[in-house]
Amino acid sequence: MDIVLKASKVNKYFYEPAEFHVLKDISFEVKRGEFLSLVGKSGCGKSTLLYLLSTMDTDYQGEITINNYRLTGQKQNALAAFRNEHIGFVFQFHFLLPEFTALKNVMLPAEKLNKYSKSEIKDRAYEKLKMLDMQDFALKQSGKLSGGQAQRVAIARALINDPTVIMGDEPTGNLDTANTQIVFEILKDLAQNKGQTIIAVTHDPEFAQKTDRIIEMKDGEIISQ
Amino acid sequence: MIGVNLEIARTHLLAKKRQTLIAMMGVTFGIGMYILMISFMNGFNEYLEDTLLSSTPDIHIYNDIKTDYSHSILDAVYDTTKGVNIVYHPKPKDITPNVHNPKQIIADIKTFDNIMAVSPQLSSQVFYNNGPVQIPGTLSGVNIMEESKLTNLAEKMKTGAIENLLKVDNGILIGQGLASKLNASVGDLVTLASPQGTSMSFRVVGTFQFGIGSLDNVKSYVSLKNVQQLLGRDNQYVTDINVKMKDYTQAKALAAVFARKYGYKSEDWQVANASAMVSITIRNMMTLVISFTLLVVAGFGIYNIMNMTIQNKLKDIAILKAEGFAGRDIMQIFLFQSLTIGFFGAMMGLALGYAMSYGVWSLPFPKNEFISITRFPVTFHLRHYVFGIVFGMLTTLIAGLMPSLKAGKIDPVAILRG
Repeated sequence: MDIVLKASKVNKYFYEPAEFHVLKDISFEVKRGEFLSLVGKSGCGKSTLLYLLSTMDTDYQGEITINNYRLTGQKQNALAAFRNEHIGFVFQFHFLLPEFTALKNVMLPAEKLNKYSKSEIKDRAYEKLKMLDMQDFALKQSGKLSGGQAQRVAIARALINDPTVIMGDEPTGNLDTANTQIVFEILKDLAQNKGQTIIAVTHDPEFAQKTDRIIEMKDGEIISQ
Repeated sequence: MIGVNLEIARTHLLAKKRQTLIAMMGVTFGIGMYILMISFMNGFNEYLEDTLLSSTPDIHIYNDIKTDYSHSILDAVYDTTKGVNIVYHPKPKDITPNVHNPKQIIADIKTFDNIMAVSPQLSSQVFYNNGPVQIPGTLSGVNIMEESKLTNLAEKMKTGAIENLLKVDNGILIGQGLASKLNASVGDLVTLASPQGTSMSFRVVGTFQFGIGSLDNVKSYVSLKNVQQLLGRDNQYVTDINVKMKDYTQAKALAAVFARKYGYKSEDWQVANASAMVSITIRNMMTLVISFTLLVVAGFGIYNIMNMTIQNKLKDIAILKAEGFAGRDIMQIFLFQSLTIGFFGAMMGLALGYAMSYGVWSLPFPKNEFISITRFPVTFHLRHYVFGIVFGMLTTLIAGLMPSLKAGKIDPVAILRG
């Protein structure tokens, strides 16, 4: 399997309130279709690492490459466009836009990408919602969904552009066991059958155990992978 | 791609209808008051200019009596190299204040472009006799039809008509204020005395009102011939030539040409009404300052509301950025919101301004026999409305730009990590 994500000698510092070396010489590679979990104690730098990989945080030394595209040193607009097409993001909290329907929330990243026609985007959004068993709630205002429902819509949103990498910052952190199980199965299926790479930061050891590979971090360093 | 941004902006605006409406109202009142102010001020200025212009000719040509006595004609007779000629307290003698060759000058003026009417005039100070009381005033001998083209006298008549002056022998048109002082109405006889001591009786054939006390209380018109008779002058004797132009803004340039060509003092209306022109300029400036303030206040309102909206939408902005919307897209979303507020606010402002202007225009002006207006002067010019909407949009663009740029620069990581 080919390498889809590569981080080499990544270092990051926090300067506020005092200078702090968060990530120390992080280097690793992720293969296509791999389901990877990032674990470690609070403050070990795993979330910080995830945000570097997500291209949203650009303040670091070292080099990050996704899909053979060197992200380090790119302009913000170029990174936004890359993120739009290649990265899907799921957060601990769903972060749906409350004014829009569930369907519209899913459609927005695709409309931004502007690769398909409006009706195609709608069909694809329905398809993703159906995958997560949320098609019945498509036209509901997203502010009125329950936590589990909203999180599933958020996952559908992350999938809409068929991203190369799906990143999750504790994607099941707010879900009960049943919903956690559903979400896990969906992610696993995406990795196995669609070849999409999944990187999830998690505190849940049970969740981590079931993934293909675990990277464990401690005090800004990778201690096992 | 812009389509998505517009759609998000529209959804944001519609989701908070009340807040959107309140933001719009800030602009609405600003623009509305601007329209009212400018229409009212402009109406007032136009009314003033109109009364001024109707009582002042565009160009006034007259014989300015020479007051320069630095050279004496003695110098030509007695050689100044041998001595000094001193004349104590020289006074003019045998000088007539008339314009020579008036017919020729009038015929020549009429050959210029842009001339609407030329009216020769013979003016004199007179006393109006009312029993034993003598009221000082002025008398103008005119060709009444030409004069009416200059001053719109036909429209200023309160009683009688200007044509009567042609029909009735020794007819006189007198100012409304003067008529009431003399207790004279149409059909009555009034007696006038000239500075030379001669006197004549005239029959009142009409009264006029310019709306300017300094005219209505002292002035009257008779035929040119009658004044020449009263003063004992020949039928070529004329003291003033008044010119009305098709485009009065050209008066200044033409006045200079006349002065050079005929050798008489030639004054344009702006010079004649310099102090009134100053007050018009000051009023225009004041209107501009107040309007600007109103719009800036509306702009600050929008600035505040946009800042607040963005503060409330930090998470949404972060998530849009995580989804791949660039800083530029976020900026467009919020800029579009403030422009929408600006556009609809300004449109409503135009409607409000029109309604208020119309309301003021409909108000009857407090009744006053010395002023010829019956309602508040208000103008309805398209250009004010166009300017209002352009300026309103511009204000909201500037007010919305700063918060929108700030929104575009928001760092999503800090917000998403909590």
